[in-house]
Amino acid sequence: MNAIEIKNVSLQIDADFILNNIEVVIKKGKITGLLGPSGAGKTTLYKSILGLRKITSGDIQVFGKTSGDKSLHENVGYMTQSPSIYFDLTVAENLKYFSQISGAPKGQINELIDVVGLGHRKHTVIKNLSGGEKTRVSLITAMLGDPDILLLDEPTVGLDPVLRETLWSLFKDYVKNGKTIVVTSHIMDEADNCDDIIFIRDGELIAHGSKKDILKLGHAKSMEKAFLHLARGENKQ
Amino acid sequence: MNSRLILHTASRVLQQLRHDRRSVALVMFVPTLLLVILNYVFYDNFALYNSVAPLLLGLVPFTIMFIITSVAMLRERTSGTLERLLVSKLSRLDIILGYAVAFALLAFLQSALASFVVLFLFNVVVAGDVAVLLLIAVISGITGMALGLFFSAFAKNEFQAVQFMPAFVLPQYLACGLFIARDQMVDALYYASNFMPLSYIVEAMRSIQLSESMTGELAKDMIILFSFTIVSLIAGALTLRTD
Repeated sequence: MNAIEIKNVSLQIDADFILNNIEVVIKKGKITGLLGPSGAGKTTLYKSILGLRKITSGDIQVFGKTSGDKSLHENVGYMTQSPSIYFDLTVAENLKYFSQISGAPKGQINELIDVVGLGHRKHTVIKNLSGGEKTRVSLITAMLGDPDILLLDEPTVGLDPVLRETLWSLFKDYVKNGKTIVVTSHIMDEADNCDDIIFIRDGELIAHGSKKDILKLGHAKSMEKAFLHLARGENKQ
Repeated sequence: MNSRLILHTASRVLQQLRHDRRSVALVMFVPTLLLVILNYVFYDNFALYNSVAPLLLGLVPFTIMFIITSVAMLRERTSGTLERLLVSKLSRLDIILGYAVAFALLAFLQSALASFVVLFLFNVVVAGDVAVLLLIAVISGITGMALGLFFSAFAKNEFQAVQFMPAFVLPQYLACGLFIARDQMVDALYYASNFMPLSYIVEAMRSIQLSESMTGELAKDMIILFSFTIVSLIAGALTLRTD
């Protein structure tokens, strides 16, 4: 079953195409990596999926419902690129509020805090946390209530390798229950942890497939090289 | 609309205020301080202070709530948290009403303190019920808050949000009947003042000053102010947007 179906989606501002005729399907129960350089259109695609940005043409369906449908808000968790949490509240106060508005079960806050290693920072005001700690709090707010789809915008950027590995292991456990995760990154090596890869550049879809498919398509042994190959259009010859 | 989510949001807004004690102190004490200063300005003319202070008890909460709510909502928008809330179970109206409940409580405390000082320490006398005077002051704060939430949608940054005060509130001070009776102004200004909430706050406060009982005129002013609030809250919810 498909979690998200994106059909011929374009988003144009004046003469610029922020998204240009994107057509891709995101499968349920997998981790999909949405990879591309900064400014490629990754965040805009997320916002279009969530109904926060109006697309110029095309259609986006999430579990068979049009993007932006209010009933989807219970099923989709969103972690923004810069932490969207209240900097003047403590970690616990932020998580309490987000848990209340997402209907998360009691006890889930403590469980997630421990998994991301923030137990000792529970009563610290957000503005006093490091960048990586803020990112982790923001990640927890998206995971509260166990949404069926998690859209995570650069969740591992700026984190140390140990913590990055912990988070990827958390994501892998999450999809085992049939949930879906989409992760954006501009670091091509992150693809190693994903089941499916979507390459995007300048608002256009460059390639989509499993890791094996992408490496084959890009005639390369690493994702970085495959991306360069595909971005230059060398596979079209 | 979900009352549980509204109360959770109101509680979160109040929690944020709790962490910002300086702002709370300014909101609570500045109106009272202004009325204390005014008392000393009119030290030798108590009759004039007696006639002006109740009007200011109505006008000041409107002004302060207008500024702080427009900045608070703008901060929610520019920090990205509004975007997160809009993809949660909360509806736009839940968000706006959450703010409304929190700031209504603040408006009540602010007005109660200022009214206590004016009526009981400076012995200002009003013919009407003190509870109704306090109610008008709170309604004034809520109306200012509702309009502040609405106007915040048109500001891109804090600088613009603050400028809405001189652009939208100060002209109302001039035309609301505080300095001269509205029917003595030129026709165009008189008709324009019919669309200004401060006109009805001043009228309502004058009614309490002069009349012991609840007059039809006072009830009408309160209904108009209530309507301004409801329309502004709905307009605020409809215009709520992310950048």
